[in-house]
Amino acid sequence: MTRGALFWIVVAIVLAALPPLAGALGQPFYIDLVRRMMILAIAATSLNLILGYGGMVSFGHAAYLGLGAYAVGILGFYGVTSGWAQWPVAIGACALVAAAIGAVSIRTSGIYFIMITLAFTQMLYYLGISLEVYGGDDGMRLKSRSTFSGLIDLGNAVSFYYVCLALMLAAIYLTYRIVNSRFGMVLRAARSNEARSRAIGFSPYRYRLTAFVIAGAMCGLAGALYANHTNYITPGLASWVQSGDLMFMVILGGMASTAGPLLGAFALLIAEEILKGWTEHWQVILGPLLVLSVIFFKRGLAGIFRA
Amino acid sequence: MLEVRGLTKSYGALRASDGIDFDVRQGETHAVIGPNGAGKTTFISQLAGDLRPDAGRIVFAGEDVTELRAPRRARKGLARSFQITSVYHEFSALDNVALAVQARLGHSFRFWRDARRDAALREPARRLLDEVGLGARSEVLAASMSHGEHRQLEVAMALALEPRLLLLDEPMAGMGAEESQRMIGFLGTLKARYSIVLVEHDMDAVFRLADRVSVLVYGRVIATGAPEAIRANAEVRAAYLGEES
Amino acid sequence: MTWGLVFEQLLNGLQYGVMLFLMAAGLTLVLGIMNLVNLAHGSLYMIGAYLAVAGMQATGSYAAGVALGFAGTLLVGMAMELVALRPLYGRDHLDQVLVTFGLILFFNELIAIIWGRGSLYTSLPSWLQGHVELFTGSRYPVYRLVVLAVGLAVAVLLWYVVTRTRLGMLIRAGASNRTMVAALGINIRLLYTVVFGFGAALAGLAGLMAGPIYAVQPGMGELILIQVFVVIVIGGIGSIRGALVGAIIVGVVDTLGRAFLRPLLATVISAPAAEAAGPALASMLIYLLMAVVLSVKPAGLFQSR
Repeated sequence: MTRGALFWIVVAIVLAALPPLAGALGQPFYIDLVRRMMILAIAATSLNLILGYGGMVSFGHAAYLGLGAYAVGILGFYGVTSGWAQWPVAIGACALVAAAIGAVSIRTSGIYFIMITLAFTQMLYYLGISLEVYGGDDGMRLKSRSTFSGLIDLGNAVSFYYVCLALMLAAIYLTYRIVNSRFGMVLRAARSNEARSRAIGFSPYRYRLTAFVIAGAMCGLAGALYANHTNYITPGLASWVQSGDLMFMVILGGMASTAGPLLGAFALLIAEEILKGWTEHWQVILGPLLVLSVIFFKRGLAGIFRA
Repeated sequence: MLEVRGLTKSYGALRASDGIDFDVRQGETHAVIGPNGAGKTTFISQLAGDLRPDAGRIVFAGEDVTELRAPRRARKGLARSFQITSVYHEFSALDNVALAVQARLGHSFRFWRDARRDAALREPARRLLDEVGLGARSEVLAASMSHGEHRQLEVAMALALEPRLLLLDEPMAGMGAEESQRMIGFLGTLKARYSIVLVEHDMDAVFRLADRVSVLVYGRVIATGAPEAIRANAEVRAAYLGEES
Repeated sequence: MTWGLVFEQLLNGLQYGVMLFLMAAGLTLVLGIMNLVNLAHGSLYMIGAYLAVAGMQATGSYAAGVALGFAGTLLVGMAMELVALRPLYGRDHLDQVLVTFGLILFFNELIAIIWGRGSLYTSLPSWLQGHVELFTGSRYPVYRLVVLAVGLAVAVLLWYVVTRTRLGMLIRAGASNRTMVAALGINIRLLYTVVFGFGAALAGLAGLMAGPIYAVQPGMGELILIQVFVVIVIGGIGSIRGALVGAIIVGVVDTLGRAFLRPLLATVISAPAAEAAGPALASMLIYLLMAVVLSVKPAGLFQSR
């Protein structure tokens, strides 16, 4: 068995064992905490596809987190609480929006691309704020969690936890297959050497746009999960601070690696939890920490694990 | 195979290409020589589709490709190698060539199967690496290869496209004497199968490989003809070869 | 909706536009010459606002506040460049984005620690308060006219420096070909520091002028920064002319949109629908504009390279 496969089996076992362990120790808080980490790990995984493997510095990825969450929230607002309807809509809406934003943005590169993706995310954020009927700036409550014809009860913290675990592992595996497929090779080649890719006959645009849409859709699923997790949806979910957090998770974990997003998400959120315990002004410490980690520690955590 | 008429490209007041007429017959190896600054790179970039000319036409295998950009020209059979090595440094030699094979085969919107286990890509790539002499180095990362091996890799990638025309931009650049001889020998075997535009400084290579030579000076072609005729041409000697000897 | 109202909003738009220009001019130069994405530019704006308020409250003098805001931001900016940004020159944009993002978190929280998270109250000296009567008959705040005038004066000053002085020539050369300028033996480090200082000072000026009009609170820099990005994308990186044109367009479109889109919509669709759609559309207006400009001119209206 390869080292990689062993790593993932250990991860799956450890994460699966957490709820009973936390229950036995009387600390159900950890189930919530790790569940949140796994949901954001899905978002980070989706970003890793376009950022780590595709080399596209998209500063607007949190938009899909917000969009997916609002899809669930808005449908719930109108009485559609079935997850069978909500979640595909969340994914589909994000795919469409990603296609629209990507079509315009991917024609540009470098600094322009960063600023444009940021601008479009902000546009969605302002849109969210201005829609008073859905709570505007304050956001909206989720009336009930997504229902799945009684098959799974997301209201049960442990069941929901396992759903997230399963989806996270699925997302990571799907991404793994994609980046090693023919499609993934072209995407990575375009990042590695664009001139060379064009010279052998690849037009990077269509591959990048496709990856952008896939990433947006996957992040939309994370958004749907997040809405169910917090039971409350605010436009802040689509803010660029959130986008920055996602980027840090990808970088910290190690770009263009399978385990990177997971490691990065967990590391960043654990660091946040610890710092929050010390001071309410934890960002004044986290900021410089992030700065130093980028300047000195570019290889990321996965470089240590070689996963 | 290739016909170029009135190719013009200016950068402000500088005319990098000044009404160039140029053609390559089927199966011919047509070399382009000229002093530094003559506009050879600009010329090649326009042929490859990376630069748009201000004026002029480029007709490839009977089709006007002037408005087409590099990827599409590559798919039509116009392959190039770069003057400054341009390969995928983080991939192995085999991966590099397999990507070129994949580009030719199409069907790149496959999302599930492992490309590195795809025999349709790996087998042709292996054969090509053997052909250029890199067969034993297929698993080596491009970043770890020597400069000469990079040049060989570039040629392998160009051949993977099963091109009709090869644009070779200084394939011997930076090579030592022995490596150059081997490359010249190898290019000699290609002559029979492909039409080639060869940009080179190495005069030995030019005179051994070229069927025709064009001399580019200040963006204009000042002479075209058989190698011997060019060598004897007084104007060319004055402008270019005279500086060499 | 009277013509007087339209003209008033137009003035507001121009005033907002020149503030955007002050931010955009510095940022576009830093982007164009130093190839540096500096997200913390908004933090300089915020620091300018806070230092001005602090100066005014401490000394009771408006002029002292302005001086502190301006000079303080210049100093902080140069410190920022020296400590955090020097290691980033030549590194890829992703690194720059992440580091300057970390700086934003740091500065926002630092300001919150010192001054709290709420909005600060700023007061104007009597000679800047009050209104003037416009030719349309309506009254318009003196202060906003002053801001407009200062912004235009800076624009003229910048135009003079960039087109008529040696420094300006270096800046224009650097914006179109950085490596060439370095190869010519110009002290590129010094040029970078000067350019960055310029940008920081302008951001601080924008911030200290913004205080009395907009909310002074942590995070205020990021709100305007993204609109500054839109300005630069529309105007073209490295071009001051583009920054001015872009800023005016964005400022006017955004202001007029917010003011008049809802009433305009109400004339064609029902009032409640307009009530919902109007503000939503208005907030998206400049981004849609950016998308349109990009589809026609992917490198902005005025490309410097």
